[in-house]
Amino acid sequence: MEVQQFYYDNKIVKKFLYACIVFGVVGMLVGLLIASMYMFPNLTDGISWLSYGRLRPLHTNAVIFAFVGNAIFAGVYYSLQRLLKARMYSNFLSNVNFWGWQLIIVAAAISLPLGYTSSKEYAELEWPIDIAIAVIWVAFGVNMIGTILKRRERHMYVAIWFYLATFVTVAVLHIFNSLSIPVSGMKSYSVYAGVQDALVQWWYGHNAVAFFLTTPFLGLMYYFLPKAANRPVYSYKLSIIHFWSLIFIYIWAGPHHLLYSALPDWAQNLGVAFSIMLLAPSWGGMINGLLTLRGAWDKVRTDPVLKFFVVAITGYGMATFEGPMLSLKNVNSIAHFTDWIVAHVHVGALAWNGFLTFGMIYWLIPRMTKTTLFSTKLANFHFWIGTLGIILYALPMYVAGFAQASMWKQFNPDGSLVYGNFLETVHAIMPMYWMRAIGGTLFVIGLLVLVYNIIMTVRQGQGIEDELAEAPALQKISKKRLKGEKFHPWLERKPVQLTILATVAILIGGIIQIVPTLMVKSNIPTISTVKPYTPLELEGRDLYIREGCVGCHSQMIRPFRSEVERYGEYSKSGEYVYDHPFLWGSKRTGPDLMRIGGKYSDNWHFNHMWDPQSTSEGSIMPGYKWLFDNEKMDYSDIQKKMEVMVQLGVPYTEEEIAKAYESIEAQSAKIEENLHNDPDFVKSYEDSRKAAAARGEEFVPMKDREITALIAYLQRLGTDIKIKNTTADNSK
Amino acid sequence: MLKFIKHNMDTISGIEIYPIISLLIFFFFFVGLYTWVYTYKKEKITEMSNLPFSDEENNQPFNQ
Repeated sequence: MEVQQFYYDNKIVKKFLYACIVFGVVGMLVGLLIASMYMFPNLTDGISWLSYGRLRPLHTNAVIFAFVGNAIFAGVYYSLQRLLKARMYSNFLSNVNFWGWQLIIVAAAISLPLGYTSSKEYAELEWPIDIAIAVIWVAFGVNMIGTILKRRERHMYVAIWFYLATFVTVAVLHIFNSLSIPVSGMKSYSVYAGVQDALVQWWYGHNAVAFFLTTPFLGLMYYFLPKAANRPVYSYKLSIIHFWSLIFIYIWAGPHHLLYSALPDWAQNLGVAFSIMLLAPSWGGMINGLLTLRGAWDKVRTDPVLKFFVVAITGYGMATFEGPMLSLKNVNSIAHFTDWIVAHVHVGALAWNGFLTFGMIYWLIPRMTKTTLFSTKLANFHFWIGTLGIILYALPMYVAGFAQASMWKQFNPDGSLVYGNFLETVHAIMPMYWMRAIGGTLFVIGLLVLVYNIIMTVRQGQGIEDELAEAPALQKISKKRLKGEKFHPWLERKPVQLTILATVAILIGGIIQIVPTLMVKSNIPTISTVKPYTPLELEGRDLYIREGCVGCHSQMIRPFRSEVERYGEYSKSGEYVYDHPFLWGSKRTGPDLMRIGGKYSDNWHFNHMWDPQSTSEGSIMPGYKWLFDNEKMDYSDIQKKMEVMVQLGVPYTEEEIAKAYESIEAQSAKIEENLHNDPDFVKSYEDSRKAAAARGEEFVPMKDREITALIAYLQRLGTDIKIKNTTADNSK
Repeated sequence: MLKFIKHNMDTISGIEIYPIISLLIFFFFFVGLYTWVYTYKKEKITEMSNLPFSDEENNQPFNQ
């Protein structure tokens, strides 16, 4: 048999690894910065692009797509070539994948702080970047499938199935969740509204966790863990069951993010049932990983790589036990909107993704530079300080979560809330926020130690070169099943069929959940008094989106006595029918804003947005001073925005669109008039008018500034159902 | 508690068949999966689980 010689592409692996490390440092430092803003809310006072609301999506995107994303590519490009005994299909596509992905990350790092966001969690990037992601992702997929087709190893190892499922599912999720109609170069509106948008978003959000943070890493686990432990996986049969049941069940569980929300009950229950089932394959995988180390635990004591892997897999086990528990309605009613969820995701991110990546880096770099690790001691130090960091991060957040939930729900005997002021519940957990920041700091210190260790290892080793390998070419055999060949062995040598079956497995769940909600109109009962936003409110809503208010404030009052008492009437699905995108939020660092409209005066909002501590003592909300800048708010897109809304089914009339500017003028003038009720405002307004004149600047009246639009939106929130309309016509 | 799982989508005609179809999909999915897995030959399983090591001869471990 002819033996062919070829080179494994190590340089592309090196590039992805370095990018992973660099963006890991950046993403986690941003995390540290926003963690410290809980203690020092005005740390970056007055700098719009360094405000909490804009940096939070930067942190999540950097960690998920830059740090973990590059780790996935590095691990896949290394293991795929060796498992298939073939060089990557195309050097060009490998480089397109690398440089394209880094450009997307840079685009995100610039556009998110500037306030370009769709506001949908982990899918915040605006439409041109979304398109770029789709293109680059397809380049990755083509490169991977091309490599599989020219492989020299008949059977595809289970890791590769996980990679294939990752590719297919992320493509489907990304495309469907990002569907939107552009208004301008960097602004678009989601095609879905309200409840439907929420369902699609969390179908995406949950499965981004499943198919971006979990399945590719399981593939990496099935390759790098046996390699590092130098023994095959505990049970290959279990890994097959793990794969198929995981991808089949995972896709259904999304609605557990929306329990007790205005989502229809049947969808909520479906999400709960499948989340519980998910426990089985998840723990099957974890047990398979840990048992691979049977008889090799002595190595775990000495080898830092295995130590990292053990904690990573344990973290996976904890997070996947916690996940199904959190999806139980009674547990979820406690945990949702609290810091418990923050603890949960960080156990997953820091332990499972972080530690598996670190172990992989410590294993790969010495191999590729043909040397030993510069310092095993430092790697061990990294392991211990990182582990301590995870514990110090997670435990205080669990305590904070329980404290929040208990305080939010506590009643006096007379039926009033014990902690009626939301701020009391914030102050109670400030020590937890401190501890969390310290835990995060320890984790980052560990990462910096890794950076030093890796730099020194690379310097003492040889340059990373492509690696010569040889293997016999694959002989052609029948495409059909051979005599005596079972179905699954046949399937494993047929990548295309395997991919199609995996796609079918993930589509069943997606279709059953999504389609009825989108199609059956009766799922969303309409409310006749709910009307579209006025042009000024629509613009204010876009400011709310730009500033990332949704990162700390929900707009979803659950049907609990404690929430109705605190915030007002619980949310109805019909109230959100014009919300493109939905803004329910997932975390209450501050109070819910669903019924904030009319609760306070325009002046209160005005003062509060300028200096939150002046109206709410001890608030940890930052000021939004740039909304008050002596500049005209840009309303130039309003008619285009309304036209796009009409396309999406919002009933603006042609007349309303034509008179948009007049409507804005009238409504904003009314707000400025209201502001004059406050003598302090009148005085400081006059002062600033004089100051502008002294500087020779043109003075922009308050009604034309951004803050006015935001106040208009906030005062509208949740007021529709309070309108008493005696001629209500529900048949419309 | 039962109010949460009853009467969802009751209004759609022929809805009774859906849970039965769902159960059948699941039942046959997992029966099929376990049939595949447990009819594997032991040698084949061993061979496949050793795939990560098939490149060892030209990839010496350098660590430690």
